[in-house]
Amino acid sequence: MREGSFRNLSGCAVSAMISKEGRRFSGADIIRSIRVMHDRSNGLGGGFAAYGIYPEYQDYYAFHVFYDNMAARRECEAFLERHFDIINLSKIPTRKIPQITDEPLIWRYFVAPLPTKLAESQLDEREFVARCVFRINVQLDGCYVFSSGKNMGVFKAVGFPEDVGVFYRLDEYEGYAFTAHGRYPTNTPGWWGGAHPFALLDYSVVHNGEISSYDANRRSMEMHGYRCTLQTDTEVITYMIDYLNRKKGLTMEEICSVIAAPFWDTIERMEPAERQRAEYLRNAFSSCLITGPFSIIVGFEGGMLALNDRLKLRSMVVGEKDDMVYIASEEAAIRAIQPELERLYAPKGGEGVLIQVKEGAGQCR
Amino acid sequence: MSIDFQYPEFEVERSEDCVYCGRCVKECPNGVHILTEDKKLRTRPQGCVACHRCAAFCPTGAIQIVRSRHASRANANWSEQAVTEITKQAATGGVLLSSMGNPENYPVYFDRILINASQVTNPSIDPLREPMETRTFLGAKPDTIHRDANGNILPQLPPQLSLSTPILFSAMSYGSISYNAHASLARAAEALGIFYNTGEGGLHEHFYQYGPNTIVQVASGRFGVHKAYLNSGAAIEIKMGQGAKPGIGGHLPGAKIVGDVSRTRMVPEGTDAISPAPHHDIYSIEDLRQLVYSLKEATGYQKPVIVKVAAVHNITAIASGIARSGADIIAIDGFRGGTGAAPTRIRDHVGIPVELALASVDQRLRDEGIRDRVSLICSGSIRSSADVVKAIALGADAVYIGTAALIALGCHLCRSCQTGRCAWGIATQNPELTRRLDPDEGYQRLVNLVTAWTHEIKEMMGGMGINSIEALRGNRLMLRGVGLTQKELDILGIRHAGE
Repeated sequence: MREGSFRNLSGCAVSAMISKEGRRFSGADIIRSIRVMHDRSNGLGGGFAAYGIYPEYQDYYAFHVFYDNMAARRECEAFLERHFDIINLSKIPTRKIPQITDEPLIWRYFVAPLPTKLAESQLDEREFVARCVFRINVQLDGCYVFSSGKNMGVFKAVGFPEDVGVFYRLDEYEGYAFTAHGRYPTNTPGWWGGAHPFALLDYSVVHNGEISSYDANRRSMEMHGYRCTLQTDTEVITYMIDYLNRKKGLTMEEICSVIAAPFWDTIERMEPAERQRAEYLRNAFSSCLITGPFSIIVGFEGGMLALNDRLKLRSMVVGEKDDMVYIASEEAAIRAIQPELERLYAPKGGEGVLIQVKEGAGQCR
Repeated sequence: MSIDFQYPEFEVERSEDCVYCGRCVKECPNGVHILTEDKKLRTRPQGCVACHRCAAFCPTGAIQIVRSRHASRANANWSEQAVTEITKQAATGGVLLSSMGNPENYPVYFDRILINASQVTNPSIDPLREPMETRTFLGAKPDTIHRDANGNILPQLPPQLSLSTPILFSAMSYGSISYNAHASLARAAEALGIFYNTGEGGLHEHFYQYGPNTIVQVASGRFGVHKAYLNSGAAIEIKMGQGAKPGIGGHLPGAKIVGDVSRTRMVPEGTDAISPAPHHDIYSIEDLRQLVYSLKEATGYQKPVIVKVAAVHNITAIASGIARSGADIIAIDGFRGGTGAAPTRIRDHVGIPVELALASVDQRLRDEGIRDRVSLICSGSIRSSADVVKAIALGADAVYIGTAALIALGCHLCRSCQTGRCAWGIATQNPELTRRLDPDEGYQRLVNLVTAWTHEIKEMMGGMGINSIEALRGNRLMLRGVGLTQKELDILGIRHAGE
């Protein structure tokens, strides 16, 4: 059975690190961090999102694609050629290691929409790209675009996350932010596309939890044109972030007030202007409220957002040192890579931690 | 006479505890109990409707109403009811009348749906320890967000109804039910932070004070509709149809148009108040749009407009049309919905189950991308908090309760409202009877019922790990069907238990 033909529940580990200065650093540390939480995964999925890793191609969408076979690849490349300028294509470099087996074909493309196609579609560029990704993933058999942002990339596989990092040679990439995920699915088809992070455009999500609002969220997102093919929480959360941020223009802070909205009795105690705003967001986007346990880390171009459910039913801690911010399911995962922290705290339930890279910093756009 | 003989449906059994006090005689509005001159009690069971008023008030508990043992030859095809009804019609040439909801043996889909709970992978939440939110807003949601020059959100929403719990009292007109029943509903709605609905009989001047918790109805007869009335409520409901009698109008007999009822309805005393089957200014969907906007104009676009329709075969297309007509809320009334009087054949054979109608309307509005333009209220026999949870998980924003509210007020479902002799003082205008319903007690019982249901809703939500009602709305994975065909499951949009 393939991921998406049933609802897949999972527990997990998450970890992330970001330089507020936009300083680029190696992916080796994030592997060390997630390795500490080995027991929170069960070897059935691990992955990373890395931001700022493709500065030389920063104006192009980087598509990472899994193919079941060569025929699928030919079909997908024909589609890409009809819709995009392909600036560069290659296999994604990997290390053969015994822990990671049965890999699909893994390819990477740097692309820009064909101006004629884009104009014809009457869509803005990002919507055009997102729709092309959906078309490939939903309509082309054996093809799966699992990363589609600019100057960022997702790397994921079936296996323990530390092995996945080694497999993808993550230590050879440099970025200003990384997120990591170790998966503990309660059942699994062992399909690489089902591992996390889940990403659309430059939004990526790693998530630990099982949300009870899933079907309410899913049906709302499907109404807005998203196709939830994987039946996982992470997929629908990613679409909600994309919908609220890119399509509705909500800021990340406002998104926190939607998906982990304050309780009504908290809202009632707010100052009038703030109360009206909170009431508005909760009412207008009530289908995007998430209930049930979650800790999520959202990566996006130039920043990161960490958020717990309203009752904080999943662990998540934040550490700070110099320009670095670390976020993880367990403190040990942070201490493993930075024992000397200036500050360490557990954000309250529903309290978003937003980290934005300094404007114009380094390789970050 | 003998050709029309029908043995009474019920008999009265009086035990030896009877003290011949005659209380039953006073309580029975149908003359079933007769105190003879020699202080004996006789019974005339032909009038008995099994309302249990006599049994409830017998000081010694001596009365029991039993089903008659009078036998007919068994016939699986010609039921006793069919024979009885033909006999009545042969005698009178009249249309059979009934009241309350369809009692026939059709499937009750709510009873074929089960609710989920968390185990292991996801914690259940204890509503006694953690916040558990049932607040519900009804009304259209904005399509675009507006911001000021500094980028701050301008929190402007179309008009909304805010409910403490997703339950409203459905439309029951003053006239069909008594002043005291209306007083109970209005006060309970205010105390609970929810809404009651005037029905089509106008609003008694005493009840304008409950305006913030009142939905005023505009039906085809336009009884009691004027500008002050429209502006007195929190929302306006256009009644296009009623689940108990889709496709037909209403008829309040002149006998009930007395005193304040006449004044409130703006109908002369003793004149029948006849609501036409259609609104005669609405022969199509574009006409509905004009009425919606006329009402919005009359109320300065300050109040949401509800359009109430009966669940009929092409309800999805109808609802889609309504959602595009400017309505803020659609109320779908299923074929089990109650009535003060309806032709029996209509009540029992027209319309469809609300569970199927609700599920397909919710899905259709989503398929068309317009579900956020309207809220959905589901009605037509919501019997318990479990029905509320199931309706919301199927896609409703809230439910209307009518019959359940009347039962809380003392209704025993004897289904004889059309006689106007309600022994419990609810569906009558007879002053001797109406005073039996004490609004102080009635309002408290309604508050109790809705409070109890809300507690139960919270328990079920907590079990599912859901701590806010909006995360339950349309959350169909929380439901499973039992004993349903694949077609039924597909329409309900749920899986079978075990899947």
